[in-house]
Formats: sequence, structure tokens, C-alpha cells
Amino acid sequence: MLAIKGLMADLQDEDKTILKGVDLDIPAGKVHAIMGPNGSGKSTLSYILSGKDGYEVTGGSATLDGVDLLDMEPEERAAAGLFLAFQYPVEIPGVGNMTFLRTAVNAQRKARGEDELSAGDFLKIVRAKAKTLKIDADMLKRPVNVGFSGGEKKRNEILQMAMLEPKMCILDETDSGLDVDAMKLVAEGVNALRSEGRSFLVITHYQRLLDHIQPDVVHIMADGRIIKSGGPELALEVENNGYADILAEVA
Amino acid sequence: MALAKLKADAAEARMAGLTLPSGFDGARKDALGRVAAMGLPSKRDEYWKYTDPTSLTQPEPIAAALFDAQETPLFGAVDRVKIVFVDGVFDADASDDLACEGIEIARLADAAGADIHWASELYGTLETRGQSPVERPLAALNTAFAQDGILIRATGKAAKPINLIYLHGDTGSDVMLHSVVKVEAGAEVTLLETGPAAARLNSVLEVEVATGGAFHHVRSQGRDHERRAVTHCFARIADESLFKSFTLTVNGQLTRNECIIEMLGDDAVAHVAGACVGDGTAFHHDDTVFITHDALNGESRQVFKKVLRNGAVGVFQGKILVKEGAQKTDGYQISQSLLLDGDSQFLAKPELEIYADDVACSHGSTSGAIDEDALFYLQSRGVPLQAATDLLTLAFLAESLDEIADETLADDLRDRLESWLARRT
Repeated sequence: MLAIKGLMADLQDEDKTILKGVDLDIPAGKVHAIMGPNGSGKSTLSYILSGKDGYEVTGGSATLDGVDLLDMEPEERAAAGLFLAFQYPVEIPGVGNMTFLRTAVNAQRKARGEDELSAGDFLKIVRAKAKTLKIDADMLKRPVNVGFSGGEKKRNEILQMAMLEPKMCILDETDSGLDVDAMKLVAEGVNALRSEGRSFLVITHYQRLLDHIQPDVVHIMADGRIIKSGGPELALEVENNGYADILAEVA
Repeated sequence: MALAKLKADAAEARMAGLTLPSGFDGARKDALGRVAAMGLPSKRDEYWKYTDPTSLTQPEPIAAALFDAQETPLFGAVDRVKIVFVDGVFDADASDDLACEGIEIARLADAAGADIHWASELYGTLETRGQSPVERPLAALNTAFAQDGILIRATGKAAKPINLIYLHGDTGSDVMLHSVVKVEAGAEVTLLETGPAAARLNSVLEVEVATGGAFHHVRSQGRDHERRAVTHCFARIADESLFKSFTLTVNGQLTRNECIIEMLGDDAVAHVAGACVGDGTAFHHDDTVFITHDALNGESRQVFKKVLRNGAVGVFQGKILVKEGAQKTDGYQISQSLLLDGDSQFLAKPELEIYADDVACSHGSTSGAIDEDALFYLQSRGVPLQAATDLLTLAFLAESLDEIADETLADDLRDRLESWLARRT
């Protein structure tokens, strides 16, 4: 589904190379996790895939179901089925959460040539999905993420994911800032979305999230490259020994 | 002395082609005297430093193309009393009967033949009070020469809002309208004004709100691109009264909206707000507000938001004056601009002058670009760049629209703004 080959990228303003040739292939229906020390380029990879400004791709490619992602505007990538759950969801004062969700859902439907959802149908779907994520009516009414707790923001990301039904979901440190219960709730929300046609890339520092969202493959990223890949046991190894052994092994 | 001479000459030239209408003769004559004494404004006046008054003061108006909005009238779904002026001339056929439960309505042009006592007492009175400490000569000019307008006296809760609808039919129309509203004790009325009115408009609205009365004012100045307008609202409000005014300005070439409020009674509340969307170097929009607290426990709010792009210019001059003894005043003022490019300009002059020692007054002014992070967040959810920009623009204006008490009116304005933005106004 997601195929990344030799992806290289610089920070635009600072002549600094962040990605030094990332190779990653995530088949449909699979969950891959990326772990790695701070500054290894994990978040940058998620931003470049979703089209954030400020980075310059200097080499390689990234395709979603064979379609070149890097050539598209961020909204086109979204309509093509890519979703990024932000590490730090953005607060948007003045835009109601419900308006935001409906605008997003209908914009994507429109881009795909589908009919927009009626207000009534939309409301029904949102309410049902919000309920399973323990998002109350008040949170839907409030401006996007404004005054939300860390946990509420992350649950709101998962709600957006549930509403938009993307085929490729990238979760950028979705566990950061979450307590144990909130992490469980978020993981349940993600697991409920797992299906044969949907893939996940879970970026995390901690093995604990991967207890809840069982990955098929775990990758270790360091200094702008994937340096090691393996099964879920790789995450446990990191949890127990840190990155030092792995880094030494490949050096 | 050179400046005074220049201003006096401008006044003389402007008045040369005008004749005094009849009705409120004494007030008109006094106003004439004020104009002669003050002269007309010049760019060298402190309060006209950021806005060039020339096109407002010169004898002939600059022609303005007519604009067909091709949409249903604003507030069309609201049950209201429609009073229509075409280029400043009352259109009886297009208007509803001047009757509504809870209020008395009369035309200014009919006042000459009828002795409308309450109106004679007010006409020009609040304008005169508003000439100090800052002169507003164009308002005095209006008091002297206004051809028409509406006189409204609310004695109870008005059954419907009154909608003054100003239509523009002649590319060279030069219009002065003067309306007076008196809200008696405990009474309540909502006044709606919808533009564009004329090629050049000079309007004065005088509002007196008695004890416990409430006045709501919601105005939209039209989508035409070339009009020039100076509007004045003079209000005097008593104990426990409420005054709320909101103005939406989209397009137009030059707009100066002055609002002067005197809070003379204890526990009074005055809110003035404005939202403006301007595009292009020809767009110049100026909000000039002066609120005087002269009683206890007064609460005033000024909330002004401007969205400017392609070289548009916005001006805000807002003042809160707290007089000696006006203790427990709560004054708030915010003026903000969203600059959608590097060519647009926002000029803000917030002023506080406080002579009481137990008050809470705050003011703030900001200028900024659109939030890139919010923009990317929206795009990453599939919202195209332009739609995302519009959504954030509406969100920026939201705080000022929230000042409108009536949700139906506010929603109508929000919906219009949304569709206008989508059509690039």
C-alpha cells in the first residue's frame, strides 16, 4: 500500500539533511511500527508523507497504491486515503469541531466524486463514533482542540480518522501525553479500524502502545534511515536494552 | 491659521450647492454654525491622519458603479418592517407601512409638517454633544442638510426589527440621511441597516436609550465596490440600559464608521463591534470609536476584526474615556487584523484616558498572518487550501459576530460571509 524508496529530505531553511534514504514497504492490512531515538527523523517522515511545508525532498519516492504522494497537495493526499494523527493536534479557535469534521469529510467525498453527506446522516455517524471514543456532545461543539486535555486531543484525532476512513493511517507518537487509561481507549479506537484494506504506521517511543496495537513489523530508525526491521520482539528488545546495542550492531 | 482657512474654504465650497431642507429649522441653523466654525476635516487633523477625507468633503461625489449582488436580500427570512430608501429618497411602494406594535415611526422629511416633540428635542442634540472633545464636522454638515431619514420612538418592546434598506440606483448619487431613535424606559428595539445606499453617503444616527431600555443595531454596508461612506452613530444611554451595535463591511472604496457613546447612567452596557473584509489597494476602512464612561459600574466592549488582502488598508481609532467618579467601570477594547498578504496594512490607535481609580480597562491590538499550522492541519484532513483559508478567516471574524445578540441575525450574516468568501466577495 505505502511504498517508500530511498527517500531523502532536507530541512528547507537550515541546509540540514534529515532523511538519508528511507526504505519502507507497508502492505495492505498490515501494522508497522517505527521506533527510534530522538532526532532520528520519525516525525519528519510523517510530515513529508502528509505534505507539510518546510522540507525539501532531494531523492527517492513515496507512493500510495502506486500513486506518487510527493507530487500532491496535502489535501489531495488526504483524499487519496492518507491520514496523519498529529503528535501535537492543532487548536483552531473559532472553528467548531463538528463544522471541522463535516467540512473535512465532505471535502474528501467531493474530491473523490462522491455525494456530500447530509447534515442528518453526518450527525448520526459522528454521534455513534464519538460515543465509542467517549467523546461527549460538548467536545463536538467546542472549537477544534481548544481547551482539550492531552487525552481529549488524541481521542479527537482518532475520531477524525474514524470519520475519514483513510486507507493509510500514520500515528505520530499518539501515545505521548496519555495516561494508561487514555492510551487504552485510543488503542481500542485504532484496533476497531483495523481491516484488510487499511494499513497503519505507528511511530512511538514506547513499547507499551504496541502492547495494545499489535504490530506486524517493527522498524528501528536512526539518523535518517531504517537500520533494522523485525517482529514485535524488536520493540521489547528496545524497551529492555535501549538503542545502544542496535546502533552498535549496525555501525 | 492656514489649516483653519483651508478647512473653512472646504466647508464653504461644499455647502455652496446645498439648500437647507425644512423641519428642525433651529437645529439645522445651529449645525450650519458649527460647520462654519469647524470647517470640514483635512488629512492634517489628528483624527483624519490615517484616512484621507477629501472624497468625503469635496463638493461633488466620485461616481460609483452600481452592483447587483444577485442574491436574496439580507435578513430576508426575518419578519421585519422594511423601510426602503433609493439613493436617499424614501420609496413608499417598496416599503412596509410605517407601523409596528411597541413603536412609533415617522419620516424625517415629514417632520416639518408634524410637531414631533421628542424628535425636535433630540435632532442634532446628540451630534452636538459628540463634537467635544473631538470635532466631527461631517456629522454637523449632515444635521444641517440631511434630506431624509427615520424617526423611531420605542415605548414598549418592538414587535419586529426595523430594517432600513438603502439601495443604490444612480452612479452619481450623493446622500445624507439622518435618523433618530428614542428608546423609552424599559423599551426595546432592533434596528437593521443594509446598504449600499449611494455613490457617497453621509449618515447620522442619534440614539437615546432611557433607563432599562435596550437598543440593538445590526448593519451590513453592502457588497458594491466603489461607494464612499462616512457614518456616525451618536448614543446617550441611561441607567441599566443596553446599547449594542454591530457592523459588517465588505467592499466599498472608503468607509469611515464613527461611533460615539456616552454612558450617563449607572450599570449601563455598551457593546460596539465590527467585522470587515477588504480586497485590493482601493479598499480603505476606518472604525473610529469614542466611549465615555460617566457613571458607576458601566461595562463597555469594542471588538473589531478586519481581514485585509491585496493591499487593502484598515484603520482603528478606539478610545475609552473614564471620567472622574465613573468607578467600577469595566472597559474592554480589542482590534485585530488578519493580513492575508504582505501588501495590506492595519493602522491601530487604541486610547485609554482614565480619571477614576477603581476601574478595569484593557485593550489590545494585533496584526497577523493566517496560522500556517492550522492551515496545514485542515489541509491534511482534506480541506483544500482556499476553503481552509476561508474557514480560518470566518473563525477570525467569529468573535465580532458573536457580539450580535440575536442568533438568527448573526447566522444570516455568517452564512452570507461564508458564501461571499467562497465567491471571493
